[in-house]
Amino acid sequence: MIRPKIKHLIQFISFFFLLTVFPIPKVNADSVPDQNYSCLKCHGHHTYKYQNSDLGIEIKEAMCTKRVIDTLAFIQSNHGKFKCTDCHDPEYNTFPHPGNLRMELMYVCTDCHGGDPEYAKFHFEDIEAAFYESMHYQRAPDAFTCWSCHNPHSYKTHARFGADISKTVLYDNNICLSCHAHVSKYELLTERDSINILKTHSWLPNQELHFRNVRCIECHTQPNDSLLISHVVMPRANAVRNCTSCHSKDSRLMASLYKYQSLESRKERGFLNAVILNNSYVIGANRNQYLNKLSLILFGLLLLGIAIHTLFRIFKH
Amino acid sequence: MTTEKLYLYPLWVRLWHWLNAIFFLTLLVTGISMQYSSPNSSFLISFEKSVQLHNICGILISINYLLFIIGNIFTTNGKFYKIQLKGLFNRLTKQIQFYLFGMFQHQNPPFPVSEKSKFNPLQKVSYVAAMYIGFPIIIISGWAMLFPELVPAVVLNTSGLLFTALFHVIFGFILSVFLIIHLYVCTFASPIVSNFKSMITGWHY
Repeated sequence: MIRPKIKHLIQFISFFFLLTVFPIPKVNADSVPDQNYSCLKCHGHHTYKYQNSDLGIEIKEAMCTKRVIDTLAFIQSNHGKFKCTDCHDPEYNTFPHPGNLRMELMYVCTDCHGGDPEYAKFHFEDIEAAFYESMHYQRAPDAFTCWSCHNPHSYKTHARFGADISKTVLYDNNICLSCHAHVSKYELLTERDSINILKTHSWLPNQELHFRNVRCIECHTQPNDSLLISHVVMPRANAVRNCTSCHSKDSRLMASLYKYQSLESRKERGFLNAVILNNSYVIGANRNQYLNKLSLILFGLLLLGIAIHTLFRIFKH
Repeated sequence: MTTEKLYLYPLWVRLWHWLNAIFFLTLLVTGISMQYSSPNSSFLISFEKSVQLHNICGILISINYLLFIIGNIFTTNGKFYKIQLKGLFNRLTKQIQFYLFGMFQHQNPPFPVSEKSKFNPLQKVSYVAAMYIGFPIIIISGWAMLFPELVPAVVLNTSGLLFTALFHVIFGFILSVFLIIHLYVCTFASPIVSNFKSMITGWHY
């Protein structure tokens, strides 16, 4: 039996070790504008309290789900350093919020980023043009905006910064699934009431593996040379169903999921499409050039040996 | 050298052998089709069909391989695969010398086929390597590719599937080389087709 004091000491050392190895992620409080605290005090929670001066009592209310902001996700997002009122009307600083603010028009990406040389590499204008071509916009032009897919309070650039591909896949697929796997949100945008991603993709071999390793947009968007991520979402009938689009030397994935990495690191380690190997293996797309050549040489030598042996058999018969 | 007829290939061996040949050839063609798939390819089997055929034949060849192992355990056929390590190097050298020089000088084979010894030392070593090393590796790696979710996602900071696939492809290539040599060596008999006939009738001439 370990004596209690020693047991506590071991627990303390283990805890200290864990803290050293897996430090608690820090959130830089200085990066959050002070004014945001007064907003997030209510909007960062599922309930909020206010003082009813007429009744002289404190009232606790439920916050509308759509108005709840994930504080941590917001701080870590691309827009985490913004003040709430950079995008929302300053009148929101008063409570109760004036009713007319509900009608305020939301900014879209190009309102801030359009024509800005600092953001030229993101090609926001091209993204906007592609979005207008997408079947999302074509089918519901009034309902779809940038924010339908990219939550301004949590959106984070993944692919461009060479993040782990599996995290990019998860993040990007969750954007699609936020509507395509949720009837309530889906019904806001279409009259169709049934969504069953598993059923509609039942033809796909190794379905789970595909879902975990490639993004919906790999097959459902039209690749675009100037954009890292295509925004031309195609109608269902135009979705890619040909396996060799990805499972071939000229894999479509190199122009989509692995585009950033492939631009950064070309054909390393003798593998065609080597960048795919870091995270997955795609039959037909990954070919080791050295192994290919070696196998051809060995095969050639084998046939040559057999041919010479056969000739000797014929002439020495 | 014996001139007697020897019944060396019982029915189950012949059945296993021809089934193995059919499944292996299908796996070879479909494997190459997948590895070198292209949207514009016209001479290879389509990727979708290749995947289906490869999966089916992979399962069937595994079952067939189990029958081979069970057969070798419970019948006398297993004894032909037992290698005596003592003097093996010398026996192999003798057999290689015969294939490279002796057979052109019309020498008799150093290890003629008999009821006790169906294979010469070189055949024995290559068959054992193919059936007891190559086949298990390619079958296990093939099943791992059939259930990729069971393969560790990352091995040495690289995809675990890559290692599995590389093993599978490399051993597929080695076994293909074995197949070609096997077919060529089978033509050494006189007349050329007699070994192929033996695998149909069971009788060695």
